[in-house]
Amino acid sequence: MTGITGIGIEHYLVVGAILFVLGVLGIFLNRKNIIVILMAIELILLSVNIQLVAFSAFLNDLVGQVFAMFVLTVAAGEAAIGLAILVIYFRGRGTIAVDDVNRMKG
Amino acid sequence: MEFANSFYFTAPEVGLTVSGLILLLVAAFVGQKTTRLITILAVAALFGAAAFTGNLLTNSAFELGADAWGGLYRMDAFGSFAKILIYLATIGCLIVTPKFFEQTAEYRAEYPILMLFGAVGMGMMVSASDLMTLYIGLELSSLSSYVLASFIRSDMRSAEAGLKYFVLGALASGILLYGMSLIYGFTGSTSYIGIRTALEGGVSAGSMFGIVFLLAGLAFKISAVPFHMWTPDVYEGAPTPVTAFFSTAPKVAAIAMTMRMALDPFGGQIEIWQQIVIFAALASIIVGALGAIGQENLKRLLAYSSINNVGFILIGLAAGTEQSASAMLVYLAIYVAMSLGSFVALLMLRDNDGNQLETFADISGLSVTRPALAWCLLALMFSLAGIPPLLGFWGKFVVFQAAVEADMILLAAIGIAASVIGAFYYIKFIKVMFFDKPADVVVAEKSSARWVVLGLCVLFISPLGYLATLKLGEFADRAASALFFII
Repeated sequence: MTGITGIGIEHYLVVGAILFVLGVLGIFLNRKNIIVILMAIELILLSVNIQLVAFSAFLNDLVGQVFAMFVLTVAAGEAAIGLAILVIYFRGRGTIAVDDVNRMKG
Repeated sequence: MEFANSFYFTAPEVGLTVSGLILLLVAAFVGQKTTRLITILAVAALFGAAAFTGNLLTNSAFELGADAWGGLYRMDAFGSFAKILIYLATIGCLIVTPKFFEQTAEYRAEYPILMLFGAVGMGMMVSASDLMTLYIGLELSSLSSYVLASFIRSDMRSAEAGLKYFVLGALASGILLYGMSLIYGFTGSTSYIGIRTALEGGVSAGSMFGIVFLLAGLAFKISAVPFHMWTPDVYEGAPTPVTAFFSTAPKVAAIAMTMRMALDPFGGQIEIWQQIVIFAALASIIVGALGAIGQENLKRLLAYSSINNVGFILIGLAAGTEQSASAMLVYLAIYVAMSLGSFVALLMLRDNDGNQLETFADISGLSVTRPALAWCLLALMFSLAGIPPLLGFWGKFVVFQAAVEADMILLAAIGIAASVIGAFYYIKFIKVMFFDKPADVVVAEKSSARWVVLGLCVLFISPLGYLATLKLGEFADRAASALFFII
């Protein structure tokens, strides 16, 4: 085991799991604003990155860090596209409240 | 040598990427005047990629497949089979599109280019043999899809569809990625072979969680119940040609990716995922059949129909044998033709002002006013319902046969019973067209490209299509055996 004495892989996993759950709850429990949903998505991807890097360090294997780089890049692209779609939506509807996304139902 | 071989095996993706980038530059410098030309060139590039992939599939030298790029990518008959379906479906969706945007919105050059990049991503998804390649391919195709769904900027339903698709799609990618990170951590590898070898020594709780998260993410991508709720909204809101695309190419890619994932790295752990897949299959069939019953919007109806069909395909996965994998591929090929045909027929429903019509009231009495279109829809709906002698019956038959031979008689029996419920709304479709008072709002379709695509789809699912089943079955068998070869 490397790293600071007393801090093992399980600590990183717990942090990762908490962030992941926070992200998922942020999407489902949030009734206010779509921007918050975008932030929650970023939170999920960050929790994955923490896990990947932690595993990579503890396994002594670089693949996890390479993977984390890919995830970071894709997350940037994803955020850009999400904001672009949000801008189109706002131009048409004049609101970004979650409860108003209801043109289609059934 | 290894480098040259890798380029040769990934030539369809490399070629499509390069042509996509060049077309993007042309569009940026010359402007929107060239949109039509770019569409034609994109179709040509896809034809080229499909022809090259066909060559890889039929070449006996590559029967066993080969690894490329140090094991990140696998070229085999399974990937080639799925890729040909993907490319052909994309071509079909692309050539029926320009007419749609003439009336409703400005057709922009980004559209064919996004489809091209989406096709590249899907090709990567089905050929990936490493979690990293899989993730990149998946995101490439998803990001293109989000933009395509919200392509008509002035239509609020399109923007809302794009937004919903984006939020739920990103959540699914997150769940999938979380599963991948657990798998990586507890098996120490991201390559399929490495994962498979590591899991043979026993499955830890961590990797079990990883498998479950992965399956949940994949279920979202193939819109299987309980992760199907985005499908009706996105299918209804997205522009109809985009909906046609969503229900064909990405579906093939996602199902093929799920098959490779379940049967290759987790092929030794069937007992872990089998229960989940059986549940998803039955729930998809039943929800797809019941959910469609009250729908008035035809695109929504077809969305539930696609959920229903995914359920039948998953029955093949639950069986988990080589025969059932081959049956799934046959079903996929037939499903693509049926689905593409139905959406092209929906595209033809336009009124005098060029507005797209999409409810039951509009197709009332279509057989009197537009008999050719009505008869094509009749064939497609009967085929989707699985009524012989149309080819849709053959697809269901091979899947159920594979399930029965894998000793899953109860599963097959419930599936068959539920497909009877599904037949209800397909037959309602036909009843409205043939026996209701004519509404006479649909104008005649003049676009010959659409008639050609619709004609080819209907010809394929007609009884004449059985002539093709021999060849189709042979290729599907070869693809399935490539999937099971890797041990």
